[in-house]
Amino acid sequence: MSEQEIDLKKRRFLTSATSVVGAIGVGFVLVPFLSSWMPSARAKAAGAPIDVDISKLNNGQLVRVLWRKKPVWIFKRDKKTIENLITLNSILTDPNSNEVSQQPKYAQNPYRSINPDVAVIIGVCTHLGCSPTYRPEIGASDLGGKSWKGGFYCPCHGSKFDLAGRVYTGVPAPTNLVIPPYHFVADSLIRIGVDPKA
Amino acid sequence: MNNNKNWIDQRFPLTKVWNEHLAEYYTPRNFNFWYFFGSLAMLVLVIQIVTGIFLTMHFKPDAIHAFASVEYIMRDVNWGWLIRYLHSTGASAFFVVIYLHIHRSLLYGSYKTPRELIWILGMVLYIALMAEAFMGYVLPWGQMSYWGAQVIISLFGSVPIFGPDILTFILGDYAVGDPVLNRFFSLHVIALPLILVILVFLHIVALHTVGSNNPDGIEIKKIKNKEGIPKDGVPFHPYYSVKDIVGVVVFLMIFSAVVFFAPAMNGYFLESSNFIEANPLQTPNHIAPLWYLTPFYSILRAIPPMFGSQFPGVVGMFASLLILIALPWLDRSKVKSIRYRSWPYKIALGIFVISFIILGYLGMQPVTPINALLARVFTFTYFGFFILMPWFTSIGKTKSLPIRVTE
Amino acid sequence: MKNKVYILLIAVVILIFSFNASASDNEIHLDQANTDINDKKSLRRGAKLFMNYCSGCHSIQFMRYNRIGKDLNIADAEIEKHFILGNEKIGETITSAMSVTDANQWFGISPDLSLVSRSKGVDWIYSYLHGFYKDNSRIFGVNNHILKNVSMPDVLWKLKQDKSNKKFDQDIRDITNFLDYVGEPAKLVRFNLGIKVLGFLLILFIFSYLLKIEYWKDIKYGKWRAKH
Repeated sequence: MSEQEIDLKKRRFLTSATSVVGAIGVGFVLVPFLSSWMPSARAKAAGAPIDVDISKLNNGQLVRVLWRKKPVWIFKRDKKTIENLITLNSILTDPNSNEVSQQPKYAQNPYRSINPDVAVIIGVCTHLGCSPTYRPEIGASDLGGKSWKGGFYCPCHGSKFDLAGRVYTGVPAPTNLVIPPYHFVADSLIRIGVDPKA
Repeated sequence: MNNNKNWIDQRFPLTKVWNEHLAEYYTPRNFNFWYFFGSLAMLVLVIQIVTGIFLTMHFKPDAIHAFASVEYIMRDVNWGWLIRYLHSTGASAFFVVIYLHIHRSLLYGSYKTPRELIWILGMVLYIALMAEAFMGYVLPWGQMSYWGAQVIISLFGSVPIFGPDILTFILGDYAVGDPVLNRFFSLHVIALPLILVILVFLHIVALHTVGSNNPDGIEIKKIKNKEGIPKDGVPFHPYYSVKDIVGVVVFLMIFSAVVFFAPAMNGYFLESSNFIEANPLQTPNHIAPLWYLTPFYSILRAIPPMFGSQFPGVVGMFASLLILIALPWLDRSKVKSIRYRSWPYKIALGIFVISFIILGYLGMQPVTPINALLARVFTFTYFGFFILMPWFTSIGKTKSLPIRVTE
Repeated sequence: MKNKVYILLIAVVILIFSFNASASDNEIHLDQANTDINDKKSLRRGAKLFMNYCSGCHSIQFMRYNRIGKDLNIADAEIEKHFILGNEKIGETITSAMSVTDANQWFGISPDLSLVSRSKGVDWIYSYLHGFYKDNSRIFGVNNHILKNVSMPDVLWKLKQDKSNKKFDQDIRDITNFLDYVGEPAKLVRFNLGIKVLGFLLILFIFSYLLKIEYWKDIKYGKWRAKH
């Protein structure tokens, strides 16, 4: 039996080398398991762009369609409504749509839309995800009477938005409603989910 | 650091458990190759539980959607194919490991006094594992799943008098269908894994109470030093933990090779007929259970119907499993390890292992007159091993045991 | 001696189990398909042939159009132009152009081919496509050596007539190869990934083995007791 000294340095090196390589291995193993929670090919296919025909839509009328399992509102605004939008700026949190993440670049305008007369908005409240109700009637007494120029009211926590999806000040919702990517395939055919060709 | 440890130790025996089961758990220093398979079985159990949890997130336990949901996992779920192959390969790997683990026990007499309870718990684990594997195999709802379920469930119908009622109870319907799939899913995902984990825990507690056997089959606790530590024992941690890590890595290499290069393993791990959706109108030409169940399936088929009933075959099949539990009391030998046993035991064990493998092979083959005859011969030798054990373990000259373990 | 017994036993077991588990099903002789899943050109040709000659009646319901595009490097625009015959979207699965009720009236059921390569094997597909012969007693005037009395016309007859034997054989091989891919799209990636995983484990093996050797020196020289 030879009296060999324990080489602590070597031992420490091998222990940490094995641990580090082992930990990297565990990291690799995590990738497939965590990725399996990301949307599958089926979910992605179901989230494909959708086409909506708006030829039969009248002024003031609103249709709800599902895109990526979320309600999307499409409604027509008449001249009066469009003019009203500009008068509200003082009671809105972000009247000029400065919050970049809430709309595509081409919807960063006073109407938050490509054409002023057609609005396309994701109908999910930016507070906690309820879907606000459509309240177009001007001067609704339960929503502030005279100052109410039509808009959306969230039944969950009382957030208010105007007819361009802009949030009022003093309500729980922090930001304007989200505008999805969309473009006009034809005059009265909207494709939701794809940006217009540059 | 030390403060935290004290805080926990005052409320939970962390250091005590660590020392009793790892740092001061003294393990014989002469473990060989065969002693890797206990820790590997635990590793496979973990693999099965983790991959199983993730498969459950995407699988639909519904006769209409199950088959398509498995293909959904294989194609549409990100990395789903890998998770599924890990699970299907894991099932077969589990049995490879368990069979080698049981073989170790037979080689070195690990089931003998004082380890009878470890053996019994192990055998119950083994039977529970077979049930778990069988139910898991039904879930993809392919042709083999369906008809395999049909055949195995029908076995219960052969019980005299109560058979038909038992059958209806298991089926919850007139034939194998949605209720079976749904209840097997529940048992496979919740009930049996829970039982397996509890049994593994008990198996290890029992082991750590008496201490591990070793290839020499002598008790290291008999010779202790002044501090009461067995002279031939070494602390499990770090010595066997670093050794088992090597075993784990080698195992993972073989396991990965199968997962990535041959996940269907030529039809042994994933049968080709199971890629056809279950069809109650058409039985595949050839049905056989997966390889790990075939020895017992062979015994079932080898025993001829008597009095117009298949029941004797069913009894034979269950007897072939349950008789394993009696092993500690059938073995009359004074020594444990095959190294010191008399020659009759060595020959008997050899015949037993060969019988088991050939029965396994025959269970996958169609019944021909020759196969049927062979199956009967080897069913005979299978049971012969147990029935004659009290005799052949008490004859012949055993070698004298060493006092200390050998290298 | 003992080790020899085990080596012999393992050799016998491997020999027994090296036969395909379902080999006993098939007494029919099958020709070897010899397809190469990594041959993307062959897969692309096979995909086009499949869409032209097979997809009219047979669906591959677990396969998505854009998955084929992504895996075989075919641009979405081309998929939309040449592969999608109806107005399906690119992310949808490939169902057959023929409605199920029509199919039942005309041929009985034309089976979905998503998993045919896994249930029957590539050699079977290859031999089957080669196996048509003239038989006027059948409704379509042809019968098949591999699947007796099959109710399927020899859809590839025109190719067989117009092309050299060698080219026609290549067509069939391409379709077979494509169906092999359709049966298991992961086959395109798992071999490569497997080599990387084994390489990584080899590194881990080297370190862990050296670590084990280092610690077990204690046992060899009776050192570990020094700590107590």
